[in-house]
Amino acid sequence: MQLQHLGVEDPAPTGVRDAMNVYLPIAEVSVNAFLLLGLGGMVGVLSGMFGVGGGFLMTPLLFFIGIPPAVAVATEANQIVASSFSGVLAHLKRRTVDLKMGTVLLIGGLIGAAFGVQIFNTLRAMGQVDLLVKLSYVVFLGIIGSLMFVESLNAIRKTRSGSPAKRRKKRGLVHKLPFKMRFNTSGLYISAIPPLIVGVFVGILAAIMGVGGGFIMVPAMIYILGMPTKVVVGTSLFQIIFVTGFTTLLHATTNFTVDIVLAVLLLVGGVIGAQIGTRLGAKLKAEQLRILLALMVLLVCGKLAFDLLVQPSELYSLGSNGGH
Amino acid sequence: MLRLITLLSLFVAPAYAEEVIADLSQSRISITTDFDGSEILIFGAIKRDGPIDDDAPLQVLVTVEGPNEPITVRRKEKRFGIWINVDAVEIDAAPSFYAIATTAPWDQMITDVEDLRHHVSTPRAIRSVGANIRGSADFTDALIRIRNADDLYQTNIGEVQFDQQTLFSTSVRLPANLHEGDYRARFFLTRRGRVVDTFETKIDVQKVGLERFFFRLSREKPLVYGLMSLAIAISAGWLASAAFRIFRA
Repeated sequence: MQLQHLGVEDPAPTGVRDAMNVYLPIAEVSVNAFLLLGLGGMVGVLSGMFGVGGGFLMTPLLFFIGIPPAVAVATEANQIVASSFSGVLAHLKRRTVDLKMGTVLLIGGLIGAAFGVQIFNTLRAMGQVDLLVKLSYVVFLGIIGSLMFVESLNAIRKTRSGSPAKRRKKRGLVHKLPFKMRFNTSGLYISAIPPLIVGVFVGILAAIMGVGGGFIMVPAMIYILGMPTKVVVGTSLFQIIFVTGFTTLLHATTNFTVDIVLAVLLLVGGVIGAQIGTRLGAKLKAEQLRILLALMVLLVCGKLAFDLLVQPSELYSLGSNGGH
Repeated sequence: MLRLITLLSLFVAPAYAEEVIADLSQSRISITTDFDGSEILIFGAIKRDGPIDDDAPLQVLVTVEGPNEPITVRRKEKRFGIWINVDAVEIDAAPSFYAIATTAPWDQMITDVEDLRHHVSTPRAIRSVGANIRGSADFTDALIRIRNADDLYQTNIGEVQFDQQTLFSTSVRLPANLHEGDYRARFFLTRRGRVVDTFETKIDVQKVGLERFFFRLSREKPLVYGLMSLAIAISAGWLASAAFRIFRA
């Protein structure tokens, strides 16, 4: 009688799917392992190619596959440490890391991360953290994506028309402010305040959005600080590993949301992808690289904006109220 | 009122006792790394002193309930052109998992009074004492709807097989996104909607092995856990980098 009953209730064999699923101890959900490995690998290639942590792509993808947002953001920080670590090693070997600039950015980053986790936890208790994360994505990705797209198009047009794409030595705010420092690797003599502010800003984003912040730091380094494109990727990766490492610890100790199993699966794919990406990046032209990244940034931005504007099928959502 | 019913039922019910005895295929669910849900077989029998009462059939109702936890239900509304959370209702305690299986349609199973007393139906199993905001029922409904969609709340009408008014069996499918804790299985024996006998047993749902180690460490020594996570991540990053270098050379 029981067997008959079972046969009726469970007609579809689920053996194949079962074998690949992995239960995540902190997220408390069961997810396909190959899906996570694949996502990690894909994002890893981007990480190495563009010098971005890839978190801006990974975090929304993790939401999408059903990882709780708080876990996605915290775990992503941990995964970025690993995928950026292999990338930064490759850049250190090629001497394309400005360690002094990286350290200044890092000091700002640590301050920003501490502040960002505070904001994150406050809004999480208020139930607005999803909105904060998504709005931050739409705003930042929209601005950065459009700027990069226009800039890269202009650069490509200039090279095509034959006029040399000469880098102008702008004497802007970065030269007027006090606390000037010499950054030999970048060939700059500028105030330490702008990189510090950039660092703080990126640190806040790292904590709130579960990103390394490369997508905002790379353009900031090029357009605000005037750093040569060659050292930008390595230097941003250098700052990212320490800031995301610090963010991981803050989330682990205040929210208990770092899922090591999820992180390991993502990074196994991620570290290999980053190595491939670093080599791909060295072969492609800077303008092509940037226009590709700009398009990708705009795509993610558009998808997130669309989701905010269209009426969701379920107006209600559940959240644990352990925060208070 | 309740006392009156109990008193009346003493006259209506047969003089001999009917008891429910039940067991589960497993009293322990281990959440391992490859955990992808589980199915519990539930079976039992009715122990009685006298002959079967034929005018009103016995019904069996089984519930399986996960640990209770407070939960916040939030509602979105369109503001400034985007959909954002505008209000929330805090539900004092809602089971993380709740499955009901019955032998017959709900109206033949249990009266409202008995439901209120034993917290059997899903809305009754959810306690929202403090939630007196206008329209808070919508929030409870939403909680049930969302968890139903995730298979965390199940109402399986007529899914209990009942043979000869004596032997019964059913199965409850536990989904993959299960939380650990002490689960309890409750059995209600009813006649004419009134509870004749109840029985309760525990199911221990626990993470085991590496899952357990990580979970415990992350709660008890979060700093150690965080540092370990970083160490694992960094060493894996370095190893992969080194492996790639060797592979290329």
